[in-house]
Formats: sequence, structure tokens, C-alpha cells
Amino acid sequence: MTLDIVQMVLVTVLAAATPLILAGIGELVAERAGVLNLGVEGMMIFGAAASFAVAMQTDSTFLGAVGGAVAGLLLAALFGILTVGLAANQVASGLSLTILGLGLSGLVGAGYVGIKRDPAPHLAIPGLSDLPGIGQLLFGQDAFVYTAVALVAAVSWFLWRTRSGLTLRAIGDDHVATHALGLKVRKVRFLSVLFGGACAGLGGAYLSLAYTPFWSPGMTAGRGWIALALVVFASWRPLRVAAGALLFGGATVLQLHAQAAGLGLPGQLLSALPYLATILALVLLSLGRRGGGSLAPAALGRVFTPSR
Amino acid sequence: MDATLPASALARRSKEGPTPLFGAYGIVKRFGSFTANDGVDLEIRAGEIHALLGENGAGKSTLMKILYGLLEPTEGVVTHKGDIVQLPNPEAARRLGIGMVFQHFSLCENLTVAENIALVMPKDLSGRALADRIARLGIDYGLHLDPDRPVWSLSAGERQRIEIVRCLLQDPSLVILDEPTSVLTPGEAEVLFTVLERLREEGRALLYISHRLDEVRRLCVRATILRGGKVVGACNPREETARSLAAMMVGSAVREVTPREGGAVGRERLRLDRLSLPAPDLHATALHDVSLSVAGGEILGIAGIAGNGQAELFAALSGESRAPEPDSVRLDGKPVGALGINARRRLGAGFVPEERNGHAAAPLMSLSENALLSRYPTASLTRFGLIRLGAARDLAKRVIEAFDVRKAGPDPAAGTLSGGNLQKFVVGREIQAEPGVLVINQPTWGVDAAAAAHIRQAVIDLAARGTAILVISQDLDELFEIAGSIAVLHDGTLSPAVPAGETSREAIGLLMGGSSDHAPPVADVAHPREPMPSPAHAH
Repeated sequence: MTLDIVQMVLVTVLAAATPLILAGIGELVAERAGVLNLGVEGMMIFGAAASFAVAMQTDSTFLGAVGGAVAGLLLAALFGILTVGLAANQVASGLSLTILGLGLSGLVGAGYVGIKRDPAPHLAIPGLSDLPGIGQLLFGQDAFVYTAVALVAAVSWFLWRTRSGLTLRAIGDDHVATHALGLKVRKVRFLSVLFGGACAGLGGAYLSLAYTPFWSPGMTAGRGWIALALVVFASWRPLRVAAGALLFGGATVLQLHAQAAGLGLPGQLLSALPYLATILALVLLSLGRRGGGSLAPAALGRVFTPSR
Repeated sequence: MDATLPASALARRSKEGPTPLFGAYGIVKRFGSFTANDGVDLEIRAGEIHALLGENGAGKSTLMKILYGLLEPTEGVVTHKGDIVQLPNPEAARRLGIGMVFQHFSLCENLTVAENIALVMPKDLSGRALADRIARLGIDYGLHLDPDRPVWSLSAGERQRIEIVRCLLQDPSLVILDEPTSVLTPGEAEVLFTVLERLREEGRALLYISHRLDEVRRLCVRATILRGGKVVGACNPREETARSLAAMMVGSAVREVTPREGGAVGRERLRLDRLSLPAPDLHATALHDVSLSVAGGEILGIAGIAGNGQAELFAALSGESRAPEPDSVRLDGKPVGALGINARRRLGAGFVPEERNGHAAAPLMSLSENALLSRYPTASLTRFGLIRLGAARDLAKRVIEAFDVRKAGPDPAAGTLSGGNLQKFVVGREIQAEPGVLVINQPTWGVDAAAAAHIRQAVIDLAARGTAILVISQDLDELFEIAGSIAVLHDGTLSPAVPAGETSREAIGLLMGGSSDHAPPVADVAHPREPMPSPAHAH
């Protein structure tokens, strides 16, 4: 029985971590290419609203998820045109993107407030999904969770095992040098921004289609900002982003249980716990490496205009 | 295949000799109203080292970028073995066998050597296979590299080796080298020359861009000279003197650096007494018992290979790093080891660091703001903590006029100036304060001949007015030209200073390599070298 309780806790932890993994891994790719997109929160919530609307209209969770990703991608495209194409300031553009995304999500979601849907279906393999202790954790998740895990593996492999990944990291390190070598700095950056937007939109879709299957304004509750912080403190490494997200999820579940148990601590303090724990752990982690070189992509946030 | 050439280019082709490997005919490149290349013709043959000479801003870089596919010419054609070719991007240039060794290395600091090389290799070549090829090439040409080291931990010489290896791995038929020796020590330059000769013997063409005329005369038999975007001459550099080449580049005779006539040496103004400093980080050099003394009117030159403690010595002198004992650094007799840079400036010292962009000047700030940054302790540029903008602009203007700094606009950002002009500005900014002690690190690094001569003359004139000057430089020609005595910094230890007239390049070169045992082949450095345009010093 205790094994099943542990499993139940782990399943909720993974569920809480999934939107952060999705949004964080997308932002990681954009930042590795040298683009700082502070609009994650906006892309995420627009994705949440759009995916719920699409799912309601088509009655398909899958199309809803695709709609969420496309919504994030469209906002990211706007951001990419501004910052990569027109060399606008990335910080200002990213912050405006968040405000725009919040506004658009209210508009798109206006007609759907208070409506509930069935959550995204969970995998059910007869036999395997019922294994005691691990069945639900490994074989009973919804497609978002598997996608998030697969994305972490795929992005790790892409960045460090493929030539295109090397090109992307090089462009994030020094856009002048890579431009001089003839690498397509702006194209790679634009594509990375699009990928980041699609991932953030998918993370939003997970919230409104699976985690809490309804739409309510402001439902991302700052998860986009947490994802941004995760990327920085995870020193731009995919596995660390996933670990940080799981830690955040774990602390979230823990504080819920603590509040239910009535520890006597103020609820607000406990609600802040996941944020504090995640930041603390990742700060300690990033202290590990010292010496020369730079932890962050060296060209991060710097605007590139090709020399004449 | 001449039929493919338009008549205009055909007319420009030289009538004699075999078809050139690469040709550029009637190249015009305009940026708005500015014409960087104006009808340039250039022919490069296999098996030759062709020199491209010109001042900063003469259009050399533009022409190179066109040949490497980074820029498209407004007019004109590029030919390969007589056929017109299109070079829309560097990949196309690489496919035709054009390789490039950049002056400002196009390397990503946080990637490893192998990763930097892999960036331009065919996609199927990576990992172990690439590391093997890097190693094999290293043995073949004496260009040793550790494929797994990150670039930020490497010296300038090693970084250039990466550029060269990256270029050679593509088996190029034409190698373009942009100011390849500007960051190298004499020993490293010798190694480079050996590699270049070998490449030439293998039948490759090399386009060698330099403002070091002695090197050009040693390596090249054909030279094309650019001035103001136009070809102003072609010659065999070996039949010219360094002086006549420089005259062609500048368009008039180069100003000579006039040495001081003897000159009375005053009292001691700068003194280091057994200064030892631990290395500030993993890749820095510790200083051991460094002692020196510079008197008013004297110029002391510090020679040494990069990375032997020059940056650390400069930091200790300027106050960027404090000495453990205050009296190990003295200015006019006062112990200043514990004082910061501005306190030392107020005592009459001036400092010009090595790196123009980012250390001596803030590239995104205007010249007047940059003047303010280093001069506010010594000039009255602030009142009650508020900046007197007019006074700062006046000061910048005086420096600009006195040092003939060429710029666009009334008060442009420092980063928009060419290297030579910005260097004139940062040196002029300190000299204008008439400091009692001036410390300069690499005064003419990567600066064209005319600007270098201007800076050296200003330094000599300042010494004549009684200033004690310490010049740290990798350029032995420069030290012999301006310094009264020379000491050598090797592995954080300073040799005793000897009068420049009583020593030789060989002797200094040996000390730079760490004296006797495993000295680099510097003996050769001495023989064919003729001094820069100014035959100032006794040789």
C-alpha cells in the first residue's frame, strides 16, 4: 500500500513539473542560440486559452494541443520578427509579448470561462499500467508527459550530438564569428525562437487540457517566469532543467500536503516554498563550476545586425 | 574559357603569364555613398604568396570579404581559372578552395578546438575522425593542438593555429591571411612563415595581408597596393625598400620617428621593488620579485611573449591589482602599492592598457565620455559630482586635433573608430594630461604604419619633456626604435634592463624564450629584418 502512495505522490510531482519542462526546454533552445525571450509567460497562457478553445470547437484534445503549440509559435514569430529580423531590444520585446499574450488569452478564452472538459486521456496498457508501484508512473501518463520527457532527451541529443546543434550553440556563443564563417545566424535564431514558442504553447495547452481541464484567466500563475528562471539556474542544460522542474513539482506537492496537515505555518509561506526551494537548489548547482569561460551563452540577449 | 568573361574584364586581364588561379576584375563595392573598393583588379597565381598592402581603411578587408563570399560586389567579377564564379556565401568560396585566416579570430570561446573546427567541416566528419585529422595535420605542419581544450583557455598564437588548421583541413587552393602576425611573437611568427613557405611549395596560392613591410618583403614576390579603395601600384616587394612601399601605401613619405638625441635623464620617477603577486586566476601568470626603475626622460621597454605576465605587470603598475606591500610600487618616491588607479593618476601617472575596445575605451560610449572616464581625476571635468559636458567635449576635441584622430560625426562612439584612430585617441588622452609617469601596454598593436609612427613619436616627445615612460610590447622593432633600455619579462620574472644600444635582437629573443635551453628559433628573426620605415636606431 505504501508503495502505491509513493507512486501517487510521484505522479502528481511529474504532473506539476511537466508544463515547466515543456516551456523551459523551449526557452533553453532559444537562449542557447542567443535569444532571450522573456515572453514565455505570455506564450504559455495564450497557448492555454487557444488550445482549450480549439479543443472545445473540434472536440479533440490532440487538435487542441496542436492549436496551443501553434498559438505559442505565432506569438514567438512576432517576437522573432521584432528581435531577430528588426534587431529590436529583446528584453523590452519579451516583456511586451507577455502582456500581449495575457490580453489575447483573455480575448480568446472569454467564451469558455467556467466550462469543464474531460482531461487528456492517460495511457492504459493492460497489465503494464497496473503494475504495483511503478505501473501508473511509467505506463499511465498522458501524452504531454511523454512528449516532455522525449523533448528533454531529443534536445540534449540535438545540442551535443549533431552538427546543427553545434551550429546553434556556436551562434549563441559568438554571432560575429559565426557570421564571418558563413553560418546563418538570423535563420537559426528565428527557428530557435519558433521552437521555444511552440514548446511554451504546448506547456500552456497541458495546463488547460490535462492538468486542470478548464480555462480560467491567469491560470499559468507565473509558471512561465519559473521556466525562465529554471533555464538560467540550470546553466542552460536540458537535464538540469528537467531536474529543477521536478524539484519544483515536488515542493508544490509537498506544500499542499503540509497545508492539509495543518503545520501551523502561514499558507502563503508554504506556497512560496517551491519557488524558494527551486531557486536555492539551482543556485547551489550553478556554483559548482568555476574558472574561465562563460556559463551562459556569451551572445545571450545581444542584438545582431550583420556587418555591412 | 575567356569567352565567358565580359569584355570589360577581358580588357583588364593581364596579357602575360598563365591564367591566374583567381582573378578579381573591376571590383566596385559601395556602402551607401561610401565607395570602399573602386575598380580593383587583383590576380593571384598558384604557388605564390601575393601581398595585399594598404593602410587601415584602404579597402583590403572589403576586397577579402568579397573573395570569401561575405560581401557581394556592387560591380565586377571574380574568376577561378579563367571562369567567372559567383560567391554568394562563404560556403561557395570554401567549395572553390578558398580558405581564410581571420585577423580577429572567428572562434567561439566557449566551444572546444574540435567543435570550432567542425563548424565549417562537411557534416559527416566529426568526433574521433576529426580529432584524428587535426592531430595528423598537427604533426605534418608542426601545428599542435589539443582538440578538447576550450578556446578561452588558449593564447593568441594557439588560436591562430586553430584558424590555420581549420583552413588547411579543407585542402584550400587559396589561403587568405589577414594580418596574421599582428598577435604573434617573433618565435611564433617564424613557425608561421615556415608553414606558409611549405604551403606555397605545395602549389597553393596565398594572399597575405599585412602592414609589416619587412615580412612582406621576405615572403612575397608580388604585391598589390591599395589606397583609398583603388589599386595604386603593383610591385615586387623585394625590389623595393620598406620605405618606398610605405610611401606607396600612404601616398606620401611616411613621417619618420626621430629619436631623442641623448637627452638628460632626470630623477627616478617610477620604481618597483621586489614586487611579487600571486596569479589572480588559473590562466594568469604570477609575478616574482619584479624590480625596475624608470627615470624622468627615460623610456624603458619590456619585451616578452604574450602571457608571460604582461597583463599582470600592467595591472600592478596601474593599480588594477594592489600590491601586498605599499612600498613595492613607488611613484616619485611615494609608496602607492595600496592605492587605486585614480589615486595614482592624481599623483601624475597615466596608463594605456593593451585592449582598446573594452579596457582602454568603452566601445559604445562617445569619445567625450571616454575622455571623461579616465581623465576626471586629473582634469576638471566634474563640478560637485556633476559632469561638465562642455569641458569633456573640449578635452576630447583637443585630443582629436592633436593626434589627428579620424572619425565620422562630431562625437562618435569609440567602437566606430578604426583600430589605429582609436589607439591614437586613447594614447593621446593620457599624453594630453602631461603625466609624470606613463605606462603603455602594446602601444601600436594592430595599428597601421602611419598611426604607429605618430604614436611612437608622441611617446618619444613626451619623454623629452621629462616623463618616465614604460612601454610593454611584443614588437621588438618597436622597442628598439623607441626604448632607451630593454628588459625581458619571462614567466613572471623580469630580467635586468640593458641599454638598447648594447644588446641585440638575438639576445632579447633568447631571453624571451626563457634563455638558453629550449629557446624558440629566434636566431633567424634577426637577419632579414629591416626596421620599419624609420631607420631610427643604430642596428
